[in-house]
Amino acid sequence: MSHTDRRKFLATTATVAAGAATGTLFAPEAFAQAAFSAKPETGAKLRVLRWKRFVAGDEEVWMANVKKFSEKFGVEVRVDNEGWEDVRPKAAVAANVGSGPDIVVGWFDDPHQYPDKLVDVSDVANYLGGKYGGWYDVCRKYGTREGKWIAVPLGVIGNAIVYRDSQVKAAGFDGIPKDTAGFLKLMQALKAKGTPGGFALGKAVGDGNNWAHWLLWSHGGKMVDEKGNVILNSPETVASLEYAKQLYETFVPGTLSWLDPSNNKAFLDGQVSLTGNGISVYYAAKNSPDPRLKELVADIQHARFPIGPVGKPTELMQVTQMFLFKYSKFPNAAKALLAFMMEAEQYNPWLQASIGYTSQPLKAFESNPIWTVDPKHTVYRDGAKIMLDHGHAGPLGYSSAAAMADYIVLDMIAEAASGSKSPKEAAERAHKRAERYYKV
Amino acid sequence: MLTRLLNNRNFLGLLFMLPLAALLLVFLTYPLGLGTWLGFTDAKIGRAGRWVGLENFEYLVGDPVAQLSLFNTLFYTIAASIVKFVLGLWLAILLNRHIPLKSLVRAVVLLPFIVPTALSAIAFWWLYDAQFSVLSWTLTRMGLIDRYIDFLGDPWNARFSAVAANIWRGVPFVAICLLAGLQTISPSYYEAASLDGATPWQQFRFVTLPLLTPIIAVVMTFSVLFTFTDFQLIYVLTRGGPLNATHLMATLSFQRAISGGSLGEGAALATLMIPFLLAAIMFSYFGLQRRAWQQGGGDK
Repeated sequence: MSHTDRRKFLATTATVAAGAATGTLFAPEAFAQAAFSAKPETGAKLRVLRWKRFVAGDEEVWMANVKKFSEKFGVEVRVDNEGWEDVRPKAAVAANVGSGPDIVVGWFDDPHQYPDKLVDVSDVANYLGGKYGGWYDVCRKYGTREGKWIAVPLGVIGNAIVYRDSQVKAAGFDGIPKDTAGFLKLMQALKAKGTPGGFALGKAVGDGNNWAHWLLWSHGGKMVDEKGNVILNSPETVASLEYAKQLYETFVPGTLSWLDPSNNKAFLDGQVSLTGNGISVYYAAKNSPDPRLKELVADIQHARFPIGPVGKPTELMQVTQMFLFKYSKFPNAAKALLAFMMEAEQYNPWLQASIGYTSQPLKAFESNPIWTVDPKHTVYRDGAKIMLDHGHAGPLGYSSAAAMADYIVLDMIAEAASGSKSPKEAAERAHKRAERYYKV
Repeated sequence: MLTRLLNNRNFLGLLFMLPLAALLLVFLTYPLGLGTWLGFTDAKIGRAGRWVGLENFEYLVGDPVAQLSLFNTLFYTIAASIVKFVLGLWLAILLNRHIPLKSLVRAVVLLPFIVPTALSAIAFWWLYDAQFSVLSWTLTRMGLIDRYIDFLGDPWNARFSAVAANIWRGVPFVAICLLAGLQTISPSYYEAASLDGATPWQQFRFVTLPLLTPIIAVVMTFSVLFTFTDFQLIYVLTRGGPLNATHLMATLSFQRAISGGSLGEGAALATLMIPFLLAAIMFSYFGLQRRAWQQGGGDK
């Protein structure tokens, strides 16, 4: 009796195990053949709130894709555009009052501020991940919470070093050095030649934060550890600030006042030989009717930020994600839309129309022709592949969002670089400010 | 019963005041009360807060950025208000004289006040640009300076630049209001004064100034309130940079509450502005409206 029981038991477990194994092993393959299966509710209507486009092509193709979706599934979709800095508070209010757009295309850690108000979209994300080569690690961190997907990453607004090839060559360098020590030498040489570079140290939400975080992390400094304990005041941070101080001496005057558009203007006017920016500078020159700017096009080059003593890339870029609120009456239609927009038939043309401004969160889209049609685009391909999240190395949520919005890292670097505070003091002050937000 | 009530003057008065009272209650008292209450909670955007008592205020009092913003706000308000008053009064007196094309000149003077602040601020942003400033360009061309002025990149330069932009915008308001005041002063006072042999300065000191004081009190109260709560100009010019040197309490409050999501803290910071605003109002109400002052004498 007991014998048969045990045999039966073994047999059953074996079957179950085999089933489970097949399930996990072959599920992505099976998915790959079929389209995403959520059936939109009949008579569904959706409202989407997204950030206002940076390049015209983005909105055109996005709306064309939405139209295709409406025709295919019979779902009416209304898309509202808001200035990119206004999406965050609007989404938060929608989460709080429990009504508003079904889907928000937001930024960074927005979904982590109200995870319990969002629909679990693991099915969509896993389906897409399985079909398109998987999500980059940083997208996984931004999109998931406690193992569940609460958002579908849409893309990364790329950031890189933009420089004047001729001026870098004149300073005796063949391209941008790969390490921070060499990079400092290049900046010093550029300054000596009378063609200095510069990075934004004013309240530049994008350009300022991006390079400031790169600088801090490149030397091993971090605001918090994995558990969210503030460890900003560290020898590594001070080292990064010492480096910032040396770098600042090579900058063009006025960087402390630079807001987001300032470096674009100065670069295009030929007053700055090197800066950190999206692909927009290159496109502004390329699309300009001004012959002086046309000449600049051939001379503009892009490169990755150099790698610091930590020995790996430490860049920050803007991640944008789509998330779906629980109050939505048509979650299946919304999920279908999320999946639809990320399918290759829609996503590839959209990525192309975004002319390199946005890069992909899913590995398969690395092969999009936009990255190779012009060799100067290629640098912007590897956004999600190499970047860190802004809450690095801690969790994402209120604290990471508030700390960045209060410019703690950028202020610290500006204080130390300009010499208004010593690196030690600047680190101490920033540490205190960070503790305020991470205390909960 | 109803007819009797409607014939009652007091009841009718109350009834007619009701709509206005409701408006004030809904659009002024309630938001102000809510804002103050939020200052005592740890509310975030999208999350109701719980009561934390004075915690936000305790933190802000010790926060170097908040302290700096208080200093900036006081400096900005005091410096800009004094200059606006002096220039405004001067301009008003000039405009009060018989000049050719009087009404056209008066209209032109108002222009800076009419242009939306966000737009004029963008113009100033270009004027002050580190690389493209036309001011620096002109001065270098004239050979007066050899490098561009870092208007917004140096803390004190940035403060003065912001104050200058605010003055440019604020002078017309002061000037036009004071001009209205000047025109209510009867010319017979001046005739009498000149018959008594008063010099122009004595006429100004003992006729114009005392009679203008009530208007000055009102205008300067408004001017101080506007300046103290200024937001747009700073937000466009610097967003509070460089090194937070131009962060006003209003801009810092926005940065913390809306961009950063810490609604409670931002509300607390906004609430901290109220005592200063009240002080400014009290000063004008009890000080500048004093009869003794208005009659040209001091306190006895």
